[in-house]
Amino acid sequence: MGKITLQSVRKSFGDVHVIPGIDLEINDGEFVVFVGPSGCGKSTLLRLIAGLEDISAGSIAIDGLDATHLPPAKRGLAMVFQSYALYPHMSVRKNIAFPLKMAGMDPAEQERRVTHAANILNLTNYLERRPGQLSGGQRQRVAIGRAIVREPSAFLFDEPLSNLDAALRVSMRQEISELHQSLKTTMIYVTHDQVEAMTMADKIVVLNAGRIEQVGSPLTLYHQPDNVFVAGFIGSPKMNLITGPTAAAHGCHTLGIRPEHLDIRADGIWEGRVGLAEHLGSDTFLKVDAGALGTLTVRATGEVGLRHGDVVRLAPQEGRLHRFDQDGKAIRG
Amino acid sequence: MATKASRSAARLMMAPAVILLLGWMLVPLIMTLWFSFRNYLPLKGGDLGFAGFDNFIRFVTSTSFWPAIGATMTIVVGALVITIVFGVLLALLLDQPMWGQGIVRILVIAPFFVMPTVSGLVWKNMFLDSVNGLFAQIAKMFGATPVEWIIDQPFPSLILIVSWQWLPFATLILLTAIQSLDSEQLEAAEMDGAPPLKRFWYITIPHLSRAITVVLLIETIFMLSIFAEIKMTTAGAFGTKTLTYLIYQRVLESQNVGLGSAGGVYTIILANIVAIFLMRLVGKNLDA
Repeated sequence: MGKITLQSVRKSFGDVHVIPGIDLEINDGEFVVFVGPSGCGKSTLLRLIAGLEDISAGSIAIDGLDATHLPPAKRGLAMVFQSYALYPHMSVRKNIAFPLKMAGMDPAEQERRVTHAANILNLTNYLERRPGQLSGGQRQRVAIGRAIVREPSAFLFDEPLSNLDAALRVSMRQEISELHQSLKTTMIYVTHDQVEAMTMADKIVVLNAGRIEQVGSPLTLYHQPDNVFVAGFIGSPKMNLITGPTAAAHGCHTLGIRPEHLDIRADGIWEGRVGLAEHLGSDTFLKVDAGALGTLTVRATGEVGLRHGDVVRLAPQEGRLHRFDQDGKAIRG
Repeated sequence: MATKASRSAARLMMAPAVILLLGWMLVPLIMTLWFSFRNYLPLKGGDLGFAGFDNFIRFVTSTSFWPAIGATMTIVVGALVITIVFGVLLALLLDQPMWGQGIVRILVIAPFFVMPTVSGLVWKNMFLDSVNGLFAQIAKMFGATPVEWIIDQPFPSLILIVSWQWLPFATLILLTAIQSLDSEQLEAAEMDGAPPLKRFWYITIPHLSRAITVVLLIETIFMLSIFAEIKMTTAGAFGTKTLTYLIYQRVLESQNVGLGSAGGVYTIILANIVAIFLMRLVGKNLDA
């Protein structure tokens, strides 16, 4: 079980209201990602759920029981920290067994669980080593192992991959996703990287300045962003946001079009001059200076024979335009 | 210091300081070594020639030798235990955010700046004195008979004085070590279900272990040679004659420079054994 309910949770540090009020429902077995720019309160929210910070108002319920004032250890949650927070003076085995030892578990059962976790995480050969002798990815796995053995009702991850290099990040991402598939335990994952959010989540919670901007599945956020912030935050490269007369002609304040929904066609309605062209092989990202529309990013599939200074005509794909009103809210229908 | 010229200029400018320091250290060391092999009795005509290892043998076979070792160990071990235990506790306390932290920290360091002679006198006359001392006053306030601290409790008195002097040092080193502890580790332990005392025992203490060893070794080296505190209080009476005090008596009271020097050589060897461990530890610290 791992159903977590937040009800008008607020957090203030003195006069600074980091989280002005959040309602959120996390269902059992879900992989929920909190995503947002740095300083948006996503880590604070996670720490509130973990119990490492006291909430200023509101309530938190875990599996239907009020956990608002429970100490962290009693909430049945396990956390993986950004710095891994391994105990440097203990071997991997002792690190993983630490929560079990604190719970006063029988040594044989401790041993069984540690062995089991080490098997899952490919750590069997490293059990006698100290964290200092492990690579970044292995340390990460030890931290996950320490969380797994407690068999918590939910896992909390605080930007766990931010200290790893790009290649390792991709493989750890898969490992965590596979772990979620096999354990089927609720996971809450905090990241500022929208790619991690899109690839891993069942449900994404987009946060901005302590407020929830939108909650939904990755593709919902991609296809139907509720507002300009979500539209700009989800998707890579970023969505083009056009204001001015062109937007007004479509009956909105801001007009959004994703780079992959702009076609380069001779009969395109917008004209521009290619600035920077990024050739990735599979794709080409073009920065097109389209005069009054501003700079548009265009994603062209494959290799495109365009260079700096070439003039291109762009056609937005029908039905892929996003319209937003004065307040940045999406205009639907 | 990139060029050859600037490097040799730097050497030239450092030379006076280096030579002074070397002289400061080497001259007394060599003189001690020299005298330890001589029959040097100033009152009986001065240097009476080569003595071989006689001084060394006489020093350790003297009836005062083992009691002196015992007294030294009692004071060193007692003061070490007190400074480290209270040093850890004080460091934990000072690590907490509080009002006037800067001033409190300076006050805590203050005893370290008081000269040993002065602190010996202050303790003897203002705290431990059986008539006017603070402790005696407190005892009288409760109607108890004041303790003759220096006569009846010479070792606790000395340990108290030495601990008071070295507690700031221990606290300071341990405080910096505590401040370098990653707070996420403590939070992780908290989530893992460790209550505060267990967090202290399983996370904080292991983290401090290296700092504790450094304090232990440095304090040992310095405490092996405490002298002023004893001279000012018991003057070696009541069994508080330490190794250093014994050497002092041999040289100045018995006027036997050779014998005292031999004792000095023993203490040099003793301090160096401790120093070797310290160097290794610090070296390891730098590698890690």
